[in-house]
Amino acid sequence: MVGTESATVDEQLHEHFTRTIERDQRVEPRDWMPSGYRRTLVRQIAQHAHSEIIGMQPEGNWITRAPSLRRKAILLAKVQDEAGHGLYLYSAAETLGVDRAELTDKLLTQKQKYSSIFNYPTLTFADIGVIGWLVDGAAIVNQVPLCRCSYGPYGRAMVRICKEESFHQRQGYELLMTMMNGTRRQREMVQDATDRWWWPSLMMFGPPDGDSPNTRQSMEWGIKRHTNDELRQKFVDMTVPQAEALGVRLPDSGLVYNPERGHYDFSEPDWDEFRRVLEGNGPCNAQRIERRREAHRDGAWVREAAAAHAAKQQRRGRAAV
Amino acid sequence: MTDSTDRNPEPGQVRTPDTAWPLFEVFVRGKRGLNHVHVGSLHAPDERMALHNARNLYTRRNEGVSIWVVRAEHITASSPDEKDPFFAPSGDKVYRHPTFYELPDDVPHI
Ligand SMILES: [Fe+2]
Ligand SMILES: [Fe+2]
Repeated sequence: MVGTESATVDEQLHEHFTRTIERDQRVEPRDWMPSGYRRTLVRQIAQHAHSEIIGMQPEGNWITRAPSLRRKAILLAKVQDEAGHGLYLYSAAETLGVDRAELTDKLLTQKQKYSSIFNYPTLTFADIGVIGWLVDGAAIVNQVPLCRCSYGPYGRAMVRICKEESFHQRQGYELLMTMMNGTRRQREMVQDATDRWWWPSLMMFGPPDGDSPNTRQSMEWGIKRHTNDELRQKFVDMTVPQAEALGVRLPDSGLVYNPERGHYDFSEPDWDEFRRVLEGNGPCNAQRIERRREAHRDGAWVREAAAAHAAKQQRRGRAAV
Repeated sequence: MTDSTDRNPEPGQVRTPDTAWPLFEVFVRGKRGLNHVHVGSLHAPDERMALHNARNLYTRRNEGVSIWVVRAEHITASSPDEKDPFFAPSGDKVYRHPTFYELPDDVPHI
């Protein structure tokens, strides 16, 4: 008897959850949710947060070498934003009942992944412009639909993030325009950086739809709103005219407008390379993780000192009462 | 720091007592005349640092004129679920809403 009773309660909860999703309402932290929904969200939000945190490195690498005070101030602000994005997302993940230290630990011990894009090196200052233009550009295409994610805290974090991303993309594009109006050598640097970042940027949308088994479930749950290939197409369509305005060539001979589809056709990215980088064998994987561990270790004394100070203040406060 | 084993600690060795920093919920007043609104959370060792961190994290672009931080453990919440009977008393009182009252279209300013 007890068994059937609890089964109906379970069914009711499940039905309420499904109705919330169907009506395009938001699921909030204290609501009942299927364990698969919670697991998927924790994995996705954590992976997203880790990407923002690791994503500071390729650009942070150029802060001390920025060619002017103006560019340095901009780059500092941008990298600081990325740290903020990571923290918004960790905060959203914590509403699902996971612990911040546990997530940090999973990044440092490589039990959770981050976006493959940040495992490529930034070789020249033109890379800073191209990252803003292409990498933040692709992030925007990925993130705008996530603002309507069925899980409230994730959607709200994405709204904050998207507001800031537009600055990221525009400063990058402006940097590239400046270089394209410079010397022949500078224009070559922009072209070279574009050649190197184009394919990894396309890979940011994840594997092709046929190879993305979780997409359907995520779409049913309202976590995802578009498939990987749809978003990739959208990014290509948006970027081609921007490349033309800039005067750079996108490195794909198969890139051509298809009037029947009303979209640009483009070649298949090298998915073997994508898998290699995801599995840890990209050009900078080891360096990125090692740098992150080092920073975490170097900051340990600050965290401990602050906690000790807070404890002391509290004891004093209590003594005063 | 040349010892490579020191630079690559095993899982578990990397852990530091972050958990000792409590969780704070952050509320921001966007501008004068508006209520404080919940914007997210953060970890900090104490209230003062929580305010500092909240300023750096949630108001980098003048998003606020005032910030409240409160330890998450000090918040008492209504119920696990919004459909809960806790909100039922207001659910069936439609007469509390202006749209409940039908008035002729030609009455101005009401
Ligand atoms: Fe970001
Ligand atoms: Fe960004």
